[in-house]
Amino acid sequence: MSSSPFCPAPTKPLPAEKTFGVTITNLTKKFGRTTVLRDINLDIKSGEIFCIMGPSGSGKSVLLKCIAGLERASTGEVKIGEFDAGDPATRNQVHLALVFQAGALFNSLSVYDNLALYPREQRLCDEAGIRDRVMNALTILSLEKAVKKFPSELSGGMKKRVAIARALVMEPQLMLYDEPTSELDPVMSATITEIIASLREQTAVTTIVVTHDRALAFAIADRIAIIMDGRICAIGNPSEVQGSKDPAIANFLNPVVDLKNPRFKQLENNHE
Amino acid sequence: MNQIKNILGHFGGTILLLFRSLKYAPTLPRQFPRFIEQCYLIGYTTLPIVTILSFFIGSVLALQSGYSMDNFGAKQFIGTLVGLSMARELGPMMVSILLAGRVGSAITAELASMKVYQEIDALETMNIPPERMLVLPRLAAVLVMMPVLAIIANLCGWYGGALVCQYTHFISVDSEAYFAALKRFMKPQDIVDGLLKAEIFGFAIVLVCCYTGLSTRGGPREIGASVTKAVVTSLILILVLDYFVTKVLL
Repeated sequence: MSSSPFCPAPTKPLPAEKTFGVTITNLTKKFGRTTVLRDINLDIKSGEIFCIMGPSGSGKSVLLKCIAGLERASTGEVKIGEFDAGDPATRNQVHLALVFQAGALFNSLSVYDNLALYPREQRLCDEAGIRDRVMNALTILSLEKAVKKFPSELSGGMKKRVAIARALVMEPQLMLYDEPTSELDPVMSATITEIIASLREQTAVTTIVVTHDRALAFAIADRIAIIMDGRICAIGNPSEVQGSKDPAIANFLNPVVDLKNPRFKQLENNHE
Repeated sequence: MNQIKNILGHFGGTILLLFRSLKYAPTLPRQFPRFIEQCYLIGYTTLPIVTILSFFIGSVLALQSGYSMDNFGAKQFIGTLVGLSMARELGPMMVSILLAGRVGSAITAELASMKVYQEIDALETMNIPPERMLVLPRLAAVLVMMPVLAIIANLCGWYGGALVCQYTHFISVDSEAYFAALKRFMKPQDIVDGLLKAEIFGFAIVLVCCYTGLSTRGGPREIGASVTKAVVTSLILILVLDYFVTKVLL
């Protein structure tokens, strides 16, 4: 296997280097009696950046978990390439990396050990090779100085960058981001957005981003899906989605702050 | 009806976790550093409290039995009573209760917080089975450390009893007579049975605590709830298992 732009070739070869598309067919997800996702159909092409947007509680993160195989579909199916996303064996075939909203770094491990965990556990290379992989990923994200720190010593932005670096060490063929810019200041959000775009540029990895961040989605997405109340309401390239005539989508994408007639008052009146 | 369903569900889940963990047993040599770390946590950090508690249990047992047996003129058998009680019952039982309270609660809290803060999900997406990395080293460590702790508990209990017998005025049985009585009626099988009990209890506690931690759902509040549930379940399990294991061993 040839070395990737950011990681040297491991001593033990990984499966054939390629990226995977994702096909979701009639996906419905229920928790007890609550239906979170309803009849979702998506075809995410290999190598594209696909953003999933929607209001809080609309089911975006659950959809991402279904793609990552962390939740099983109640009905329907999710395929990564030709593999079933819900089958644990798929993880032997597809290098899938998920950057969690809160980072999900291992608090008991240093930044270095967080990044080294995957190659160590999968026995991808010797300790020198692991060090090269880890340091390369840290260099790309300008985290060299944080190598000995523990997650509790990092700022929110650094945690996000460490989480992305940890994903890079895996040399992913499918990269998933859950709210990568939430809780970050605008400059750090822009930095993370640039990192996501640049990684796709360098590796052609299929990238799925769940986000509220309009700026991120419209800056880097090849296509955007808007999900509301568990249903896909709109799908298309950024200009198509931006031009949607659906008032709910227009309201979500371009909310107007109306101090004279605030939304929470309207909600209160509706309840009465 | 729902409660019975839940109990059966937890029981099934625990058994499945055991099988999933045992599946990775051949990878144990790779988990050696984690195994050593768990041996340290389960064995070394529990040792002081095991020592103190067993010493005083042995002492109280000698004191109570000395007081009662004096009436029957059977003081010379105090060593036998303390020795057998500690080896067959109190040693393994007390070590297990301490393990549940001290180590079991820590295991559940750690795994539950890893679950709540999505570290377990992160492991799964990295194709690192939590059973291999988090459960197996703990199960192996408890199997190694429980007999050691039980033997130390027995010794401390025996010596606690000996000291009380020697220095309590209404008992006044010297150490030589105490240990002679202890040896006279105790067979190696009694000690082996006690160690076997400790192994079974310890293994069950760690398994239940791992399962409870890994099956935690919700937010930080559920971490506390899981710890309580794991400790209570472990304590009940120790007593229930104790009856059945004793019945089989006698």
